[in-house]
Amino acid sequence: MNIGHQDFYTQAILSMAALVGLTSFLMLGQGRLLRLIFVFALQGFLLTLTTALTAYSLDNHHLYISAALTLALKVMFIPWMLRRQVLLMNMHRDIEALKNNTAVMMGGASLMVFSYYVLHPIVQTSSTIMLNALAVSLSVVLLGMLLMISHRQAVAHVVGFMSIENGLFFAAIVATNGMPMVVELGVAFDVLVAAVLFGIFFFHIRTSIDSLDVDRLNRLHEVDK
Amino acid sequence: MSWLIAILQTMLFATLAPLLAGWLKWCKCRLQNRKAPSLFQPYRDLIKLTNKQPVVAGHASWLFTIAPYIIFSATVLAATVVPLIAVDLPTSASADVIVMVGFFAFARFFLALAGLDIGTAFGGMGSSREMTISSLAEPAMLMAIFTLTMTASTTNLSVAISHVLNEGLVLRPSFVFALFALILVAVAETGRVPVDNPATHLELTMIHEAMILEYSGRHLALIEWASQLKLMLYGVLIANIFFPWGIAETFNLKTLGYGLLAIMGKLAVLAIFLAVSETLVAKMRLFRVQEYLGFAYLLGLLGMLSHIILETSR
Repeated sequence: MNIGHQDFYTQAILSMAALVGLTSFLMLGQGRLLRLIFVFALQGFLLTLTTALTAYSLDNHHLYISAALTLALKVMFIPWMLRRQVLLMNMHRDIEALKNNTAVMMGGASLMVFSYYVLHPIVQTSSTIMLNALAVSLSVVLLGMLLMISHRQAVAHVVGFMSIENGLFFAAIVATNGMPMVVELGVAFDVLVAAVLFGIFFFHIRTSIDSLDVDRLNRLHEVDK
Repeated sequence: MSWLIAILQTMLFATLAPLLAGWLKWCKCRLQNRKAPSLFQPYRDLIKLTNKQPVVAGHASWLFTIAPYIIFSATVLAATVVPLIAVDLPTSASADVIVMVGFFAFARFFLALAGLDIGTAFGGMGSSREMTISSLAEPAMLMAIFTLTMTASTTNLSVAISHVLNEGLVLRPSFVFALFALILVAVAETGRVPVDNPATHLELTMIHEAMILEYSGRHLALIEWASQLKLMLYGVLIANIFFPWGIAETFNLKTLGYGLLAIMGKLAVLAIFLAVSETLVAKMRLFRVQEYLGFAYLLGLLGMLSHIILETSR
């Protein structure tokens, strides 16, 4: 089953999978917060396209609703909110100096190999070629975690967390051809609530330690003074 | 017959390269609202330089005088490997893509030696920078090309291109990555704007120009010609690997002419893209080039990974 013998729908989904993986890598190497948020919105847009494509080819109408939800939440609302907060807290000029950027990138590439290795037996025994994209979505999840480890700003952590959710959502789309509507709605609202909660927490962290750099959370207030 | 076409194709490569440079300069000038020189200005420059007497520094060794000839001939030999207007030529059948990269490395080695030979500070600085950049660019380029060769299961460019051609339009995620990686590497290797600026002689930033600062006359003409040829080679690689449609598969006048028109059109479009990006992007600091090339390597690696993960049969 070479890719040349697949129909265009499968080829397009697999290309989307590769592009979603690429956006994860772009986020990993990004030091500027506004650009990080932009790439996150881009990943959401790719997810929207994938969902719409699946809905079209499977003639599965409720997936259009899910695509619209993704577009509204992950491409518009959450990036807009994060962007507003970054501007509000005047952090858009900070460039986060990433330690060992190249090493983190290569670590990300090895995570991708690892996720392929882990999923290889599952993919081997199943029938649809779409499951190939499962390895990419697992690596998006792992790369989101790596993003949270390697960045120090709380906003970057939130973006990493949201991109983990993106990876899971992508896995659900390509492997199951769309979850039941109730589950999708639930997840979408969870993400929305999480985004709002994070927004409140930003202000709390900021007022208590005067920065969003989470490394400072390690230090005790009394000792430092 | 096929040998004749192979020789003809190599000559076409050499004669069209200055035209591409002229077209690129024309596009850049128009984008910057300047009056553009004629498209044939690079030819005039080359002729002018050839007629001038070369001035060689007193303590230059024999290496300094033979280096331009070696550089030019190695680049021309690399050009024979790359299919320009037709595939299945005997020259491209005898050597594969790794040989081509080897020719590039050979030419670069002599260019760096010639930069060091004369003993000026700029020459040595340029050589060391060139070697640093190429040591990072070469793996990225090989990664990008291995993606193609894994798809076609051959390292021979001609066979690989006809494989892509016969498969028809297939949306391959790995090719997207390989394309971007190869574009980034091509920009770095040919010394275009984010990495090096071919239009200035500013001491702090120049790389390629620093090495050839002491050359004049026909030596300079040969080196300039070789670098124009290298630019065209990378352009043809990108155009013919990823968009091979139009290249001649049989040898008759009609398909060959069609192939020539197709490649000239593709190169013209590529040059427009390059001119736009050079107008929009500022030159990078030298110490950020390794990040840029690291990203190119990562793209190549991702291309290979996505070939293995997403595309291969089970």
